[in-house]
Parts: sequence; C-alpha cells; structure tokens
Amino acid sequence: MNEDARTLFSRPESLNEVVTHYCPGCTHGVIHRLVAEVLDELGVRENTVGVAPVGCSVFIYKYLGTDFLEAPHGRAPALATGFKRLRPDMMVFTYQGDGDLASIGMGEIVHAANRGEKITTIFVNNAVYGMTGGQMAPTTMPGQVTTTSPGGRNVNDTGYPIRVAELLSALVTPNYIERVAVHTPQHIIKAKQAIRKAFTYQKEGRCFSLVEVLSTCPTNWGKTTEESLDWVESRMVPYFPLGCYKDPETAEVPDGAV
Amino acid sequence: MAKILMKGNEAIAEAAIKAGCVNYFCYPITPQNEVGEYMARRLPEVGGAFLQGESEVAVGNMLFGAASTGQRVFTTSSSPGISLMQESISYMAGAHLPVVIVNIMRGGPGLGGILPAQSDYFQATKGGGHGDYRLLVLAPSTIQEAVDLMMLSFHLAEKYRNPVMIIGDGMIGQMMEPVEFPEHHEEPELPSNDLWAITGAKGREPRVIKSLFLDPKLLDDNSWNLYDKYARMEREEIRFESYRIKPKNKILIVSYGTMARICQTAIDELEKDGVSVGLFRPITLFPFPSKQIAKEAKKKNIENVLVIEMSTAQMKEDVDLAVLGAKPVKFYGETGGLVPSPDAVKEQIMKLIKNPNDELKRR
Ligand SMILES: Cc1ncc(C[n+]2csc(CCOP(=O)(O)OP(=O)(O)O)c2C)c(N)n1
Ligand code: SF4
Repeated sequence: MNEDARTLFSRPESLNEVVTHYCPGCTHGVIHRLVAEVLDELGVRENTVGVAPVGCSVFIYKYLGTDFLEAPHGRAPALATGFKRLRPDMMVFTYQGDGDLASIGMGEIVHAANRGEKITTIFVNNAVYGMTGGQMAPTTMPGQVTTTSPGGRNVNDTGYPIRVAELLSALVTPNYIERVAVHTPQHIIKAKQAIRKAFTYQKEGRCFSLVEVLSTCPTNWGKTTEESLDWVESRMVPYFPLGCYKDPETAEVPDGAV
Repeated sequence: MAKILMKGNEAIAEAAIKAGCVNYFCYPITPQNEVGEYMARRLPEVGGAFLQGESEVAVGNMLFGAASTGQRVFTTSSSPGISLMQESISYMAGAHLPVVIVNIMRGGPGLGGILPAQSDYFQATKGGGHGDYRLLVLAPSTIQEAVDLMMLSFHLAEKYRNPVMIIGDGMIGQMMEPVEFPEHHEEPELPSNDLWAITGAKGREPRVIKSLFLDPKLLDDNSWNLYDKYARMEREEIRFESYRIKPKNKILIVSYGTMARICQTAIDELEKDGVSVGLFRPITLFPFPSKQIAKEAKKKNIENVLVIEMSTAQMKEDVDLAVLGAKPVKFYGETGGLVPSPDAVKEQIMKLIKNPNDELKRR
C-alpha cells in the first residue's frame, strides 16, 4: 500500500452501520449522513438528543448514534422545547418532514422558532407525504400529481406551496434559517455547511436554527432517481429559492420594549 | 410548620415545589390560572423551568420532552385543555414516562362552563386518549388533601413510570383553606432513573424513548407490560375513606371530591336528627376501590347504594360494576356548575329512606 494512503471517506462515527429502510434514490439518507458528519466534527454525539418525527424518517433513531425521542406527528419542536428547557447543556435537534412540520406541526414549529428555542431543526421538504403513500403536502408543487390531488395540485382550491424558510424568517426573533438542497455534490457540500452552522449556533447557545433541505421522493413522485434529482433542480429550486434567509449575525432586531 | 390560608390552585403549585418538582408548562384556562401565575413568580426563585406554551397540544408534548430528562415535571389545566393533551398523554403512557397532570374540572361537554363539575370522570379513568393505557387518578376533597396527593403523585408517577392525574372540581382550585406543608418531605426509595432517562449516549449505548412498535409481538408485550403495572396499582395503591359507616345503616353513599365533602355535612346533620347514613369516598378513581365498595354494599342492612356526583352518573357505572346487582344502585347529581347543597343531599337521602324503591336521578 502507498505509504501516503489516507482515509478520505469513511462512515461517520455518529452514523450506525445498518442498512436503512429508505427507497432507492431517496435523499433522506444523504441528509442523515450530513447530520452525522456534523455531530462528529463538533464532537457532540454523546451530548445530543434527536427528536424523530412521524414520517419516513421515523426510524432515524436506528441510523444515528445519539439518544432519541420519538414524537407524535408534528410535535417534535414541543418535545425538543421541553427537553432543552430542562437540559440547556445538551444539544437537541428535530428532524421533520414537510407533512410533519408544515401541516400538522405548523403551530409547534412557529412558536418554537418565535421563542428562539436553542434547538436545531432539519426540515426535509420532499413536496409530498412519503410514508402514508404520496398524498398532497403543504409543499406540493402547483399542478403536481399526488394520490389526493390526482388532477394535479389546484392552487385555487388548495393554495400555493408553503415556503417555510421565508415564513419563519418573517418572525422578528433573530434565528438562523437557510434553505439548501442535496441533488448534486455541490449542493450537498453547501447543505453540510448550513447544517454545521445550525448546530454550531446551538452549541454556542445563540439561537434557534432551521435548515430546510429540498429532498427527493422518487417512489411517490413516480420518477427514477435521475429524474427526481433533475426535478428538484427544474421544479423545486425555482419556487423554493436556496440561500440564507436569516442569520443572527445580520438580523436587525427592533427594540419594541414598552 | 404552621397552617397558612391558601387558595387551592396556589397550594397545589407550592406542593409541587415542596415535592421537588420545579418544572412546569402550562396554557391559560379558567378555573386554574392561579397555578401558572404562581409558578411564573416562584420557579425563577427556585431555579426551575417555567414556560407558557402555545396550546395544550404543545404543552402536553413539552411535558413529554421534559419528562424524558428524568426530572420531575407537571402541568395543570381544565377540561377542554385536558382534551387537547390526550395525544401526549397516550404517547407518554405508551413510552412509560412519569408526569403529573392536574385537571381542575369545569362543566362540559364542549366549551361548557367555567363552574365546578366532575364531568371528566370517564376521560380520566377510562383512557381519554387512544390505546391500551390507564392513568393513576387521584381525587382530593379538601385543599389539604390536594396538597398531600400532589406531593405523593410524583412518587407514584415514578414508581410506575406512568402519568398520574389529579382531578379536582373547580372548587378545589378556587376555595381558600388553611393548609400545612410538611417540614420534611421524604419518599420511599425507587430504582434510579439512570436506566431509562435521556442524558446523552456517553459511555453507554444510545437510548430511545418511544411508543412505536411496528412488530405486533413487541406492541403486544408493551401493552401487557402496561397492564401489569395497572394490576400492581390495583394491589398497592387503592385509597379511600369511609365516613360514619355503621352496621345499622340502610344507605351507603358513594361520592368523591368536593361532592363527598358536601355529603359529609349532610350526613352529620342527619346524624343529629337520629338518621344514620355512611359514606364511602374513593380517593383513587383508578385503580377503583371496587372490592371495598362491594363489601360495604353487601352488608345486611344496606337497602340502597346512592351515588352522588356533579356529573350525569359517570362514576355510577363503576359502582354498578362493583356491586354487580347485589344491591340497587341509585343516583343523584347536578352538573354544569350547579353544586348540590347539603340540604338537597339530605332531602334525597330522606326520600330514599321513606321509599327505598324510589328512583332518584337528577336535580
Ligand atoms: C396524528 C397523526 N395523523 C396522521 C398520521 C399518519 N402519518 C404518518 S406519516 C404521515 C406523513 C408524513 O409525511 P412527511 O412529514 O412529509 O414525511 P415523509 O414521509 O415525506 O418523509 C402521516 C400523515 C399519524 N401518524 N399521526
Ligand atoms: S417514500 Fe419517498 S421519502 Fe419515503 S423513503 Fe421512499 S423515497 Fe424516501
């Protein structure tokens, strides 16, 4: 073996050596890996609790090597709040799909963000309800065919997809909010940076942090892996622009004191 | 410690702190708002966590997260709010988490009213949320007893790793009475929570607190584990009080909470008039003292068991099941915030003594 041989790529310690249940081409696994890498790099695995959602990633506790709580549908930010308030010394993150966070759990995420809970949310936007078989989500694209919008999402009837990053950025509380994607290696690198920043801000006790990740669901989109990656670029990114929406470094906070 | 005059809601709050619980989450609802207001003042003094959540749905789930740390935590609410907490209560029961939930009941269904009632008996004792679980349910009849049960409840929650619910009608929350807090609070020792609490996977395997068991065998196991806990509660936790129960009595009253106290006043007054009636007051509504009630009801001279509640005969179903037709079980009650007076209770008792076959039903 070449004596210069170095390990360039290996399994993060925070990622368990098990086969996941995700469908081929699903990017939940990529996002898990990024979270695991960040937990390793910040050295916080043993001081972290994750809160699993209800959705395809409900079994995330099998894949990441941290303690976990399994929340009711949409309530992960409330569990995370309760935990963090009692253990501010620990790192707490939620991992939630778009049905979980932007539909049934909209109240919990808005208020956790508004209180500036010192937690991190990884929000996986795949434009559909994956686990229950491809029903319409609040983030389903206009015209997108799902099992409950068989004629394509009709925006006159069901409104437009909710832009969660923008919506939460409208809150005054100085949080960290960024939208990223994972459909190309370049995007994956950027996504990793955002996730790392989110966890770092938490570690510093600074703010609530949320990273919205555009993700694929080839199974329920009825597409191949490649078509799905292309669809993220051609359909989702134009509607869900990538980038940082709020950063405590630059956020302006009015003094509304009475 | 000397007695101090306190409102029920504030006494409940202070009792929790005295029992070592300094973590509290809430959402405002009448008639229990004083608990949250008291905690907002007191918890910063004792270094605890206080948070007013955005809804009872969220508050219940905050409790779930908080209890997972292994520390003591509780909430208080009233009927409609308790309905919204049922999701988290079911999850916490399924995940074996110790929490204490106080329901200062108001009349229902729906938005109902804000006056005292006992109409959440079914919700508290028969599950409330989905799935095979029960709560350990305690019902105080005085503010002193609310304090004592509150202090006991955390230990019980931890002993069984199960949610404990204290139900008091609005009067328990709103009345002022002299109360005494114990000088020292001691509890029997329990196994350490090191074995289950979420503290970070340092030097041990990662841990998960969950209620999801897709494998039916594992879910079956979990449900029977819960069942075994409830069976143990039935062996070890049944609490009740008998009042003026004598062999010559013809009527056995069964009543709980403030209503039982009103019955005591009526019974005392009747005693002075030479009429002897006994009262059986369940303190644990789950586990329910069925055997003990049956034993009293089957005594030779008892002609009627009379259940008196501020609801439309909810606990009566459990008394019926306890007595199993051995003696007639009659009911008298008012609800919606109407509270039967001692005179009204006396009148019903006298009716039944004169005409043992009378059916008493309602106001
Ligand atoms: C209270 C409640 N309602 C409905 C469900 C059913 N359910 C399970 S997963 C899910 C949707 C998950 O979709 P999403 O959050 O988008 O995650 P994905 O599966 O796409 O990753 C629903 C509705 C549930 N478990 N609990
Ligand atoms: S259903 Fe969709 S989101 Fe779920 S694992 Fe399969 S591809 Fe991923």
